[in-house]
Amino acid sequence: MTKEEVKTSLLNIISEIVPDEDVMNLEGNTSIRDQIDLDSMDFLDIIMEIRKKYQVEIPEEDYPELATMNSSVTYLEPLLVDK
Amino acid sequence: MLPGLKKRVVITGLGLTAPNGNSLKEYRKNLLEGKSGVQRFKTRYMDEVPAGVCDFDVLKYQKKKEARRGTRAGSIAIYCAHEAVKDSGIDFTNFDKSKIGIYLGITEHGNVETENEIYNIQQFSYDIKYWTHHHNPRTVANNPAGELSLNMGITGPHYTIGAACAAGNCGLIQGMQMLQLHEVDLALAGGVSESIHTFGIFASFKSQGALACHVDPTKASRPFDRDRNGIVVSEGGCIYMLERLEDALKREANIYGEIIGHAINSDAIDFVIPYGERQAECIELALQRAKVTPEQIDILSTHATATQVGDNQEAKAILRVFGNSPKTYINNTKSYIGHTMGAAGAIELAGNLPSFRDKTVHPTINLENPDPECMITNLVKNQPQQIKKADIILNNSFGMLGINSVVIVKRFEK
Repeated sequence: MTKEEVKTSLLNIISEIVPDEDVMNLEGNTSIRDQIDLDSMDFLDIIMEIRKKYQVEIPEEDYPELATMNSSVTYLEPLLVDK
Repeated sequence: MLPGLKKRVVITGLGLTAPNGNSLKEYRKNLLEGKSGVQRFKTRYMDEVPAGVCDFDVLKYQKKKEARRGTRAGSIAIYCAHEAVKDSGIDFTNFDKSKIGIYLGITEHGNVETENEIYNIQQFSYDIKYWTHHHNPRTVANNPAGELSLNMGITGPHYTIGAACAAGNCGLIQGMQMLQLHEVDLALAGGVSESIHTFGIFASFKSQGALACHVDPTKASRPFDRDRNGIVVSEGGCIYMLERLEDALKREANIYGEIIGHAINSDAIDFVIPYGERQAECIELALQRAKVTPEQIDILSTHATATQVGDNQEAKAILRVFGNSPKTYINNTKSYIGHTMGAAGAIELAGNLPSFRDKTVHPTINLENPDPECMITNLVKNQPQQIKKADIILNNSFGMLGINSVVIVKRFEK
């Protein structure tokens, strides 16, 4: 997957988990949770969806890497490169 | 001042979703027109089965995320409670939320989510790292009541009452008692069911030889008919707003009726086979508490689920208590909507409450060949019946493991 495809896929996952939120205008360098109503259970849903869709395991110590859209894409890109 | 004002509990609002109506008005209209809400339904691993399916607007009172995170039973509870609050005309925004209690009857809860998760991990070779973190909050037994408390910001007590198919009445009784104890000032009480979303309930009834089947799903639920062949499983909910009479009068609330009698007892005989003798004792206890005789009951709403043995036992109980009561008219609502399980008692009572005003009893439909083994005088068959007096309704609700519940409601007059 390209960087852009990773971003699109992540946005699709988030929009399914928080369907009432406008995720398309998320600012890249600001914490996602500061911009939309996304709590810890929703965050775990994101981890689960990535696991189900791409068989990628994100260890708990890496969860802070998924704080913003930009950091998420940077972190996920190498993991999803062959997907 | 009316006697016992602080202990008397009245119904001042209700909200419901039934397979044939999402408001009392629509539901009642369909009951009087003989319109069934049973349809063909696809459940996992089985051929199509007849089932009662509700089509209320989930997003009327829930955000998409809330509905996604929660359970069907939670959504049903939230819809019904909002409708009940609206119907009651109470100033809910300014009401002390710590003085509101939520008491919901359930037949079962958690099977839907558990089955879904097992199905889900089966696709990942049963690797439990794919098991959802939502499983526990979705399957705890208080879930539907808890989702309601979250949605409406109610901080008083919330819990469910597990009482098999007697649960709808039990929810009402619990709400009434908590008001009498002054534990709360408002009770949202009744029952909910999401059971059609678990294949297990259908499969278990099938294995027991108690699952209804018919080429025409609208004719599948046929209590007291000779050709009945089992239960139609349904989803649904009905939640009442209960208040002490004193408070209801103070705010000049519309009063549907007063709960004047109740009883809950146990057969202590069998896991699944009901026992008419104990049901009769339950009815008699409720009559005694209501201080009324069988002759004073104008309408009796039966529990009958269309199983061979269950309908016979209830008929025996009714014959024993009401054998000499020619003025009591008897009906069955499951013939239209199937068995809404934990909601049944509450939803079936609701269908009869408008009779206080229109003095019409909705009939039992699908009664093509009344079973001579179910000897019931004044069973209202297939066509609505006008009656001279509609002041008191008795509502039966019975469940597995031999739990029986009866509620008696009286038309309210100042």
